[in-house]
Amino acid sequence: MTEFYRQYLAVAVFVVAAFGMVGAMLGLARLLRPTNPQDEKYVTYESGADPLPLFGQANVRYYIYALLFVIFDVEAVFIFPWAIDVDGLEWFGLIEMTIFIGVLLLGLAYVWRKGLLKWA
Amino acid sequence: MTGVPVVALDPLFDGGEITWSVFGVVAIKVVVAFAFLLVAVMLYIWGMRKVIADMQNRIGPNRAGPFGVLQTLADGIKLFFKEQSIPSSADRPVFRLAPYLSIMPAFLMFCVVPVGGRVSILGHETYLQVVDLPVGALFVLAMSGLGVYGIMLAGWASGSKYPLLGSVRATAQLLSYEAAFGLAVLGVLIQAGTLSTRGIVDEQAWDGWASFATEWYWAAAFVPFVIFLIAATAETNHPPFDLVEAEQELVGGFNTEYTGIRFAIFFLAEFMNVITMSAIATTLFLGGPSGPGLGFLAADNVVNVWLMPVFWFLVKVLALLYCTIWVRASLPRMRYDRLMALGWKYLIEVAVLWVLVSAALVVAREEGWNVWVVTPIVAAAALGAFGVLYLCMPRPGEHVEEFR
Repeated sequence: MTEFYRQYLAVAVFVVAAFGMVGAMLGLARLLRPTNPQDEKYVTYESGADPLPLFGQANVRYYIYALLFVIFDVEAVFIFPWAIDVDGLEWFGLIEMTIFIGVLLLGLAYVWRKGLLKWA
Repeated sequence: MTGVPVVALDPLFDGGEITWSVFGVVAIKVVVAFAFLLVAVMLYIWGMRKVIADMQNRIGPNRAGPFGVLQTLADGIKLFFKEQSIPSSADRPVFRLAPYLSIMPAFLMFCVVPVGGRVSILGHETYLQVVDLPVGALFVLAMSGLGVYGIMLAGWASGSKYPLLGSVRATAQLLSYEAAFGLAVLGVLIQAGTLSTRGIVDEQAWDGWASFATEWYWAAAFVPFVIFLIAATAETNHPPFDLVEAEQELVGGFNTEYTGIRFAIFFLAEFMNVITMSAIATTLFLGGPSGPGLGFLAADNVVNVWLMPVFWFLVKVLALLYCTIWVRASLPRMRYDRLMALGWKYLIEVAVLWVLVSAALVVAREEGWNVWVVTPIVAAAALGAFGVLYLCMPRPGEHVEEFR
C-alpha cells in the first residue's frame, strides 16, 4: 500500500466509528422506547385531514435545474486539475480555460434567455 | 511546467508499516473528533437559543443545568423515549437508511479540517487533524454533495406529499448552490496550488506585515469568501435559506414523517453541518489554526505547540458561528424564485468570472508582469463579460419562446 492510500485508512476508521455511533443511538432508542401500534399512527400527515392519494407529477423546473447542475459539475472536473497548477500552465492554460468557460457561459446565457431560470 | 503538485502528507504514515501504536493514534484522533463534534453541537444549539433570546429581549433556556446549558441534552434524551412511527405508505428500507445518509457526510467532512499544529502523540509526529488527505478540498466537495442524498431519500421514502415537495425543493436548492460553492473553493485552490487542507492552511500562514501590504495574497480570496459564506449558508439550509423546512408552506419539510430518535439524527446532522462548514470556511479562508503564539514562552513550549493553534482555530470558528446565529435572528426567509435567481444569475456568474480574474493575477505574478497594469485590465474584461451576459437577457415585455 502506498503512502497515498494509507491516509484513507483513517477515513475508513472514521466511517466505521460514525456508522457504529449512529447505529448505537438507534439501537439504544429501540430498547428504550414504547411500541403501541395503532393504525391511525401510520397514516401520512396532512395537517389533520384525511390524506389524498399521492400525486404523480412534480414541477419540471426542478428537473431542469438538476440538468443544469450536471453541466456545472462536469465543468468542475475539468477546471480543478488546471486550478491547482495555474502558474505551471501559464498564460496558455489561462487562455484555454477562458475559452472553455466562455463556451459554458454561452450555454448559461442561452438557458437564461429561454426563460428557464425564471421561476414561473 | 512544475509537474505534479507537492502533496503534504501526514507524517504519521511515513514510517512504512502500520503498527498498533499508529492505529492507536488514529483511534484517539477519531474519538476526540467525535466528542468535539457532539459537544460542539450541544453547545451550539444552546448558544443559538440564548443569543437569539437576547436579541429578541427574552431569557431563553435557563432551567437545565447552569444557564440552561444542558437543555439540548435534555431534549435529546427525551427523543430517545419517543415511539417511532413509519407511515404505511413509506419505503421502509430507504426510510431507515436516510438518517444515516444525512449524518455521515456531516461527520466525514470534519475529517480533513486542520484543528491544530504538528504535535507528537504516543511517540508519533502527526498533524492535529483526523487525516490529511491529498485531495482534501475535493473530499469536502464530495461530502457536501452526498448530503443531498439523505434529504432527497428521506422525503421520497416517506410516501407523503409535503415531505416529497420539501425534498424536491431542497434538492434543487442544494444543487444550485453546490455549483457556486465549488467555484468559490476553486478561487482558493488557484491561489494555494494544492488540494490538501493542511497545504492550504500552511499557504495562508502569516508572513509579516511587509508581505501583507505588498503581495495582496488575501485580496484575491475576498470575493470567493463572500460567495462561499452565502453558498455554505444555503448548503446547510440555514436561515435565510431554510426553505427546506418552511413550516408555513410545507408542514415540516422532508422530515415531517420522522419521529423520535430518527428526527433527532436529522436535527443533529443539520447543526453539525453548520459547525463543520464554519470549520471548513476557517480552513479555506481564515488560515485555520495559524496565529501568533505566546511570545514569552519558547516556541516549542507545550502551550505554543498544542494549545495556541487550537485556540486560534476555535476563536475563528466561534466568530463565524456567531455570525450565522446573527443572520438567523435578523433576516426573514427568502422567496423561492429569488433564491434560485440569486444562485444562478449572480453567484455562479460572479464566481466563474472571478476564477478567471484570480487565475490571470496568478499567471501575471508568475510571469513578472506589472500587477498594477494587469489588475485593472482583467477586472474590466470580467465586468465587460458580465455586462454582455446581462445585455442578452430578455427585457421585461420582450417576447421570448419559453419552455413549459
